[in-house]
Amino acid sequence: MIPSEFEYHAPHSVAEAITLLTQYPEEARLLAGGHSLLPMMKLRFAEPAHLIDINGIKELKGISEQGNVIRIGAMTTESELIDSALLNEKCPLIPAVARLIADPQVRNRGTIGGDIVHGDPGNDHPAVMLALDARFILQGPEGERTVPANGFFLGTYSVGMAADEILTAILVPVFASSTGYGFNKLKRKTGDFATAASSVVVQLQGESCADIRIALTNAGPCAFRAEAAEDLLKGQVITDALIEQAAQKVMAACEPDEDLRGDAEYKTHMSAEMARRSIRDALTKAKG
Amino acid sequence: MTKKHISFQLNGRPVDALVEPRELLVHVIREQLGLTGTHIGCETSHCGACTIDLNGDSVKACTVLAMQADGGDVMTVEGLADNGALHPLQEAFMQEHGLQCGFCTPGMLIRAYRFLKKNPNPSDEEIRTGMSGNLCRCTGYQNIIKAVKAAAEKMQSA
Repeated sequence: MIPSEFEYHAPHSVAEAITLLTQYPEEARLLAGGHSLLPMMKLRFAEPAHLIDINGIKELKGISEQGNVIRIGAMTTESELIDSALLNEKCPLIPAVARLIADPQVRNRGTIGGDIVHGDPGNDHPAVMLALDARFILQGPEGERTVPANGFFLGTYSVGMAADEILTAILVPVFASSTGYGFNKLKRKTGDFATAASSVVVQLQGESCADIRIALTNAGPCAFRAEAAEDLLKGQVITDALIEQAAQKVMAACEPDEDLRGDAEYKTHMSAEMARRSIRDALTKAKG
Repeated sequence: MTKKHISFQLNGRPVDALVEPRELLVHVIREQLGLTGTHIGCETSHCGACTIDLNGDSVKACTVLAMQADGGDVMTVEGLADNGALHPLQEAFMQEHGLQCGFCTPGMLIRAYRFLKKNPNPSDEEIRTGMSGNLCRCTGYQNIIKAVKAAAEKMQSA
C-alpha cells in the first residue's frame, strides 16, 4: 500500500510553510508525525496533491517555561512529552496521557500538534487540552493569533483554524498548588484508541471545589467538556453522592458512535466510569 | 511523477536511491537497496514488523516516507551482526527460543536494540512496555521477554 501521487515539500521555516499553504489552497496538507495522515493516504481517504512535511522546522519543537505557562512546540513528539522533566514536574497530566498513546515507535513520530489539529475524536490530546484550559498559537498569512482550546474542536476532522494556518505552539498553565488531575482510559489493547477516556482537572479552595473541568475522548463527534457535570460540582465539597450525580450528567452528554469497541450504551457507561475515576484521582492529587 | 535523489547512511555505509515522493522507506530499503530483513506486516503502523532505527529512534518504516530518511542514519536488522558475529540480542533470541515462525523477529531485534540502548537494565515490566509496539502472531511473547532480558544481562556483564 502506497499513497497516490503528490508533490513533496520540506520547508525549513513556518513562514515558508505558510507560503506553500497559500500557494496551493485546497490541495495541500501538512505532514506532522504522519501516523494518521499517511495511513489515510494509503487508503485514499486523503489524496493531497501537495504534501508539506514540517518535520524539518526547528522552531516548531521544544518545551519551555514562560512565567506560569508552559509553551510546547506543536511538533514535539509524544516521546519528548513523556521524557520532559519540566512537564513531569509542572504539568504531569500531559506525560501521563502520552504514555498511553499508541506504542513506543508511534510515539517517536506522533506529535502533540498533529494529534490536536487532526480532529479525530479518538485522539487523546484534545480532551486533555480542554481539561487544562490550554491555548493554541496559530500562524497564518495575516500573522499570529492565540485561541482557547475551549471552542476549537468543532466536529469530526473539523477544528477552528483556517486552511492556510499552522498550529505552532500550545500553551498550558503550570499546575498551581491545590490543583489535581485525573486521566483514565479504557482501551482494548496497546495501540488502540480509547473505548472511552476522561481527563479531569480540579482546583480546590479549602475543602470545596473552586473549579473543575471534565473532558471526554471518543464519546461524541469531537472531544468535549461535560459542562453540566462541572456546574454540579463547582462550589461544592465533592462527595461520592455528588460524583454519582455528575456521572449521570456525563452520560447525558455522551453521543458515541457504535463501532467494534462497543455499542453506544456501553461506551456511554464506560465514559461515565472513566469520568468517575478521573474525578476521584484528581481530588486525591489536589488534596496532596 | 518526478523522482528525487536521496542519500542516507544504511548500517554504517552511505547509500543513494532515486525515489518517488510517495514511496515508503520500507519499500526502498527492501526493493531498491536489497535488504529484505526488514519485513512488511500490516502496513498500517500496528504490527512493528517493519521497525528500523532512524536517527537513533525506533520507527515503523511503513509509515515513514523514503524522502524523510534523506540525510539520515538508518539501521536495520542486517546492521546488528558484526562481521558475521551475532549480536548478543540475536544470540539471546536463539538461546531463549525467542522466535517461532520468525516473521516478527527482525522488528523485535531492532526494537530491542534501541530499547536496551536507552534502558540497559530493564525490569520485565519495562521490557513489556518497551516492546509493546511489536506483535508476535505466534504469541511467543514470554520467550521474547526472556531473550531481551538475557541479552541485557549479557551486555551489562560484557
